[in-house]
Amino acid sequence: MEKPEDIKLIDENGLRIDGRRFDQLRPIRMEVGVLSRADGSAYVEWGGNKILVGVYGPREMYPKHMQNPTRAVVRARYNMAAFSVDERKRPGPDRRSIELSKVISEALSNVVFTEYFPRASIDVFIEVLQADAGTRVAGITAASLALADAGIPMKDLVVGCAAGKIEGHVVLDLCKEEDNYGEADLPVAVLPRTKEIVLLQMDGHMTVEEIDQAMDMIMKSVDYIYELQKEALRRRYVRYAEEIEEGE
Amino acid sequence: MEVRKYREIVVPGEEVDLQGLNPGFGLYADKGKFYSIYLGVKTVRGPYMNIVPLSGKYIPKKDDKVIGKIIDIAPTHWVVDINAPYFAPLHVNDVPWKVEFGDTAKYLNIGDTILAKVSNVNEVKQVWITMKEPGLRKLEGGQIIKISPTKVARVIGKKGSMINLIKESTQCRIYVGQNGVIWIHGAPENIMLAIKAIRLIEREAHTWGLTDKVRSLLSGEGD
Amino acid sequence: MKMGSKLAEDVVSEIRKDYIMNLLSSGRRADGRDFEEYRKIDVVVNFAKRAEGSALVRLGETQVLVGVKMDIGEPFADTPNQGVMTTNVELVPIASPTFEPGPPNEEAIEIARVVDRGIRESKAIDLEKLCIEEGEKVWIVFIDIHVLNYDGNLIDASALGAMIALKNTIVPGSKFGYEDFPLPVNHDPVAVTVAKVGKTLLVDPCLEEENLAEARLTVTTDENGDIRAMQKGLSGSLTYDEVKKVINMSQRIGKEIREKYILSGD
Repeated sequence: MEKPEDIKLIDENGLRIDGRRFDQLRPIRMEVGVLSRADGSAYVEWGGNKILVGVYGPREMYPKHMQNPTRAVVRARYNMAAFSVDERKRPGPDRRSIELSKVISEALSNVVFTEYFPRASIDVFIEVLQADAGTRVAGITAASLALADAGIPMKDLVVGCAAGKIEGHVVLDLCKEEDNYGEADLPVAVLPRTKEIVLLQMDGHMTVEEIDQAMDMIMKSVDYIYELQKEALRRRYVRYAEEIEEGE
Repeated sequence: MEVRKYREIVVPGEEVDLQGLNPGFGLYADKGKFYSIYLGVKTVRGPYMNIVPLSGKYIPKKDDKVIGKIIDIAPTHWVVDINAPYFAPLHVNDVPWKVEFGDTAKYLNIGDTILAKVSNVNEVKQVWITMKEPGLRKLEGGQIIKISPTKVARVIGKKGSMINLIKESTQCRIYVGQNGVIWIHGAPENIMLAIKAIRLIEREAHTWGLTDKVRSLLSGEGD
Repeated sequence: MKMGSKLAEDVVSEIRKDYIMNLLSSGRRADGRDFEEYRKIDVVVNFAKRAEGSALVRLGETQVLVGVKMDIGEPFADTPNQGVMTTNVELVPIASPTFEPGPPNEEAIEIARVVDRGIRESKAIDLEKLCIEEGEKVWIVFIDIHVLNYDGNLIDASALGAMIALKNTIVPGSKFGYEDFPLPVNHDPVAVTVAKVGKTLLVDPCLEEENLAEARLTVTTDENGDIRAMQKGLSGSLTYDEVKKVINMSQRIGKEIREKYILSGD
């Protein structure tokens, strides 16, 4: 998008329009186990994003011809509510949603022990209720919480985080205006234990050095976001006292 | 002052210190270290360090008694929903009646509830169930509720102490399937009280002083 | 190619799989190429005469025909003085026993969007020169990629075909009472796709290598070697080190492709 003349993304003090420094994340809040019908669920607020994820599965997969005889199929569906963006979005999958669903499914398939459930499907529904840039990385961060909540066996959680470039500077975690008027967007999803990359996309204009800077900022944030995830999962179950021995 | 022992909750991918024990259920190894597969609780059973999942569907095990619902009929078998990732077929050879080809609906219909046993689970997670054992039967009347399979042990209690407490206090017949499906039969108000007690256990399975809370609920004191 | 569905054709036999992996560990590919070598590329310009510009690209046995059509329409509200470009990919059943008729599926959509991204983000088409009447009338560029034979690496073949077609496109002004003029193309993005098979990075994977790959990374660079688009595919993972290697390869090899096939005219 072309930037109107009067919008400055970086002010005289080197702060961004929402007051953040170049390497600062927006505020993030996570909640696990928020829906009663889904087998697992999570809700994430990240900046102005409000994203709800529900997991159903493992369950018998239909249509049957899509079954994999040796493993479960992880199907993520990224969907934006019509009211989630400024200009109403027509309900239903558009090409962008289909692409995002695909790359998110692939990323989540990496961590789930799919061989435990041949012929089954694990359906992950990512509903964007309010969008503020970075919905796919917030969505995948919430999806990994919902999968854990559903008792799905995984080798690690998945942390999503994006960086970008505005007015020539590499910055972490773009907000909506920065995404609209900035020069590049780099969403990434990483496994916190090994730092392996399971989702990587980029659009815009960056040099290799700028990509290095961006990845560095992202990797430094992964540990922090992972701590938030662990804390949200533990909080769901509070204390777990000695089971059978208690009072019997 | 009670000494409260808390079990540690671990998340998938989190490193687990085996503390000299053998790696048991719910762990995977990578370069000599062990990591949790589930969102679960570190639990020591004999020489093993296990991770017991805090949630998840029922995973059928041989010899488990389960309560299932008939969801489809074919000439030589029924399809049963046992609250697991897969449906289970029930073959005419595995029921106590002699069923002629095509007569399956005469014995069990869609929507019927049965008490069955898991007779086999193969490597690709296919499940077989049977009703050909004393005590296994079609269940009629009463009410069915579902709890998370991870709470079944808590609802039953050590040597059945918790479930017996509920049975005696409510004068209900209660059967708790390993698959988290529970059948309760008795007078309507008693069924409701039993359900309340079970839901309390499910909600607070992880807290202290649960038996007392259940006892007081059942005797009409607390709520 | 579809996740979850394993048609007979998608299953690679154990024998072929072991053969390929063994070759890789001794530094060779089944078709004799180097790890960083593209298959033979052939281009036929203006193959589809009814298109405003077109290119038939053969990349090994993969064949795609890209046609550019133009029309006049309304601009988007937020860019009233710019033309519009849109990219679509059709994986028609003729190209592979695994393609089914129907609207574009997620594979087709991903390829189209990745190709589109490279062209759009590098500002290859000078969209401002396609404005006829600000806010009212602009030129619309339709880039349609018709896959004719699928033998791996549709992204690179499609991206190359699209750029060559665009560079040979004549805007049909005369159809609407204006003058014809060559479509203004100012930049030359090139997409280079690398597949990770086992621990090896292979440039321009053929179909069999794609079916064995655990991960795939496409990096689109411009004529300065700057990165305009990246897309990781498949459910394996990559280390950042591997990502850097692929970016490097894309800059180097992309430059060769650009000089040989895009800049040289045709």
